[in-house]
Amino acid sequence: MKKSKILLGTVIIAIIGLITVAADHIDAPAAQGTTADITDFYAFQGEDTNNLVFVANVQGLLSPGSTAAAQFDENVLVEFNIDTNNDNVEDLVIQAIPRDNTMYFFGPYAPGTTGLSSSINEMATKSSVPVTTYGVPAVVATENGMKMFAGPRDDPFFMDFARYGQIIGGTAPGFNNPGSDTFKGTNVLSIVVEVPKSEIGGSGTINTWVETKVKQ
Amino acid sequence: MKINFIKYTAILAITSLIMVGCSNNDNNEPTPIPVDFSGTFMQKDQMGRPAVNTVFVSASSKDEFNVTVPSEQNAKFQSMFETNLKALSPAFANPGDKNALGLDAAAFTGLLATDVLNVSLDGKTTFFDGTNVLTGRALADDVITVELLLIFGGEDFSENPTLSDDNVSANDKPFLTSFPYLASPW
Repeated sequence: MKKSKILLGTVIIAIIGLITVAADHIDAPAAQGTTADITDFYAFQGEDTNNLVFVANVQGLLSPGSTAAAQFDENVLVEFNIDTNNDNVEDLVIQAIPRDNTMYFFGPYAPGTTGLSSSINEMATKSSVPVTTYGVPAVVATENGMKMFAGPRDDPFFMDFARYGQIIGGTAPGFNNPGSDTFKGTNVLSIVVEVPKSEIGGSGTINTWVETKVKQ
Repeated sequence: MKINFIKYTAILAITSLIMVGCSNNDNNEPTPIPVDFSGTFMQKDQMGRPAVNTVFVSASSKDEFNVTVPSEQNAKFQSMFETNLKALSPAFANPGDKNALGLDAAAFTGLLATDVLNVSLDGKTTFFDGTNVLTGRALADDVITVELLLIFGGEDFSENPTLSDDNVSANDKPFLTSFPYLASPW
């Protein structure tokens, strides 16, 4: 009786442990569970095909009950990096940082220095949008040719991550059909910015990635 | 004395006039407190393609991967990626094994180790749609099944069928056709 309870407990803890990692959700010890934990990154052509849309999601696996309390951290800079000449070094950045329930955007602009350490050039193009509160329609702003949104959204990621964990852990032979979306019914904090392609290289292929950087 | 009194009174009067002049607008438009964006920000997390750190980086190196600039990731992590890929997938167990992109283990992990998302500015943006490969990442792209197919599916996507599709092919809420594109929260 006791043994089976302990075993059950261990299994449950193991499953919870496995559920914690996905697209980039809680991917590494130092970032996981913090306000700087990136869950996902998207870049796609906008409804207006002259524009490109960047999406950065942070603070994943929010239940509906815990979403209203989740907030962007004023000490966390979210930086979209854009490499226009295929050397995997950023030529342009778009920086997003919240202040007093407003999300400010700087750029796109060429940063003074590249790499792990950043500062904000306040001379760069500055735009902003009020952070949308949980439970109200999305607040969208258009400024300097960009569209912007910041606030809670449904987590757009989908995967049977729990089953993947069992397969990797050796306790399941393969996926179920149909599978079960581990991220069903959960929210994230999203930053969405749509920019004219002409401002980020114009044509050809860019390399892009997102970073969170914490104020020292 | 008297002259001094007049002088000081005049100076006070003028000063107060100037003060009033300056603060005249304050009642209507209070001067905004400047927002502080100063400081140095150090990297904590980064991401290009989905699930790369999760799947290919060994547990003890995940933090290091997050603070390695993309231009240095290949040199630092490609061999680890290749070792982990071969250990993970029977589709890369034999010499000469390739995936459906025609990439062997070294070439495939050479592509993935530099964790950036390649995005076309000239047309359709998709992780993979059967025709376009790595031209972006759209919300509805089933990126996990694409990655599973490229890891486990072998040369023609037919190998290891129970491992190469998680059978979750769409989001739990429909996406929007217009900005901000993501569905409203639960």
